Amino acid sequence: MSNVRVAGVGLTSFGSMPERTSRDLFAEASIEAFANSGVSRDDVDALLYGNFMGELSEHQGHHGPLMAEAAGVDAPATRYESACASSGVAVRDAVKRLRNGEADVILVGGAERMTNLGTAGATEALAIAADDLWEVRAGMTFPGAYALMAQAYFDEYGGEHEDLAHIAVKNHENALENEKAQYQRAIEVDDVLGAPQVSSPLGLYDSCPISDGAAAIVLTSEAYAEEHDLDAPVAITGTGQGGDRMALHDRAYLARSPAARDAAEEAYGEAGIDAGDVDLAEVHDCFTIAEVLAIEALDLAPVGEGISAARDGRTTAAGETPINLSGGLKAKGHPVGATGASQVAEIATLLAGEHLNSDHVPDATTGVAHNAGGTVASVTVHVMEVVDQ
Amino acid sequence: MTDSDTGVQDAGFDDWIDAAEEGEAYYLECPDGHGSLPPRRVCPDCGATALDSVPLPDTGTVETFTVTHIPTPAFEDDAPYATAIANFGPVRLTGQIVGIDLDAIENGLEVGIEISVSETTGERVLAFSPV
Repeated sequence: MSNVRVAGVGLTSFGSMPERTSRDLFAEASIEAFANSGVSRDDVDALLYGNFMGELSEHQGHHGPLMAEAAGVDAPATRYESACASSGVAVRDAVKRLRNGEADVILVGGAERMTNLGTAGATEALAIAADDLWEVRAGMTFPGAYALMAQAYFDEYGGEHEDLAHIAVKNHENALENEKAQYQRAIEVDDVLGAPQVSSPLGLYDSCPISDGAAAIVLTSEAYAEEHDLDAPVAITGTGQGGDRMALHDRAYLARSPAARDAAEEAYGEAGIDAGDVDLAEVHDCFTIAEVLAIEALDLAPVGEGISAARDGRTTAAGETPINLSGGLKAKGHPVGATGASQVAEIATLLAGEHLNSDHVPDATTGVAHNAGGTVASVTVHVMEVVDQ
Repeated sequence: MTDSDTGVQDAGFDDWIDAAEEGEAYYLECPDGHGSLPPRRVCPDCGATALDSVPLPDTGTVETFTVTHIPTPAFEDDAPYATAIANFGPVRLTGQIVGIDLDAIENGLEVGIEISVSETTGERVLAFSPV
């Protein structure tokens, strides 16, 4: 299977920019991605674009052609919607199209405008990723759903809120120098434990913020990269996707994510690696407990032991497998439709040695991006490797 | 939830809420004994299409719960409230826990189905009360 090269990436700042439209955000990200890529817009064969709540936040459907126009790309364009995994599935489809020869160059990414809805409005919009009849109408929110998983995890494997607090502290620490992060502010364990409750046991600092932002990536086939002598040292060498029942109560496990395990096994298999080869990962830490479930599903921690990984220093910047060196969703921000592509962009720059946190992982050659939708009923995993120094 | 403008209901779901209000909650069972919730034509476990309505066991057990302080606008006046997943054997359900102090809720609590009403919207809500 041929690899797919990351030719260029672009990210807007993530944060509260309620007045900015998603077309403006995505245009900014795409300009940066093309500028870094050495690829002409004329060569783009398709735009694959992730977005979740555009109908609710901008009264806008049919995003594909709108975003192609915004990015200055004259090519067929398709919008992908899989809740918070929207641009993860877009990246996965881009990889498949480039591998099978349907395309040589694809612009992939996503954007989300959320803060214009306010906290209550955004909470309501996010909730549509759950089963409306059997979950939302009973008052389940997204923080509530992850809180149900956290409580189930504590019950089954042990652990306490203080363990989760170390994950928030770590991810804030990782974002301190990241000028595009929503929060560049150190927090302490006591801040997390003393914060207002959102949905017990999760509090304000266990939760990612509501964010606006965009991500764009120029991906090319191996052949195109060689032919055009691109500076594109990082490849996507494995892609996987998993699925599960929509409602949390219909799952086999309340405190595990088998869909993410399936996606990881597929992606690792394609890349010919195992978890021991992974040097760093960006995982979908929409809530602190989500990082625990993610690293266990990725086999970066044994089931039931992921809870203590941050507290024990195994996943910090100086640890054996740094997780979320970008700051993660927690501190970098979570503009839903942009998140999956932004994780791939972060891994590419970390592995290329161009990230402000690359100094923490000077010898890293293999990274993983894990992007989850809903309560992990949709999930993608991508393996990325340095293939050309 | 009946659409307040048109009066249109969600067939299957609202019928279930009606039945639960009468103490006749049910689940759907396929020939292989897999349980699921309506509206549904195909067993999500095995693909069988012969689904029968079977009475839901009277009691379930709380497997996990949370107290929500920041709700969606539809539950603004209800917060804080407890949401739980309760295991009724063939199916699990998500509902609010009513009729008990929030501080007294714990995993393992035995509950029955109760249809309560949202203080915010007046809509019916699937709930659990201790038995």
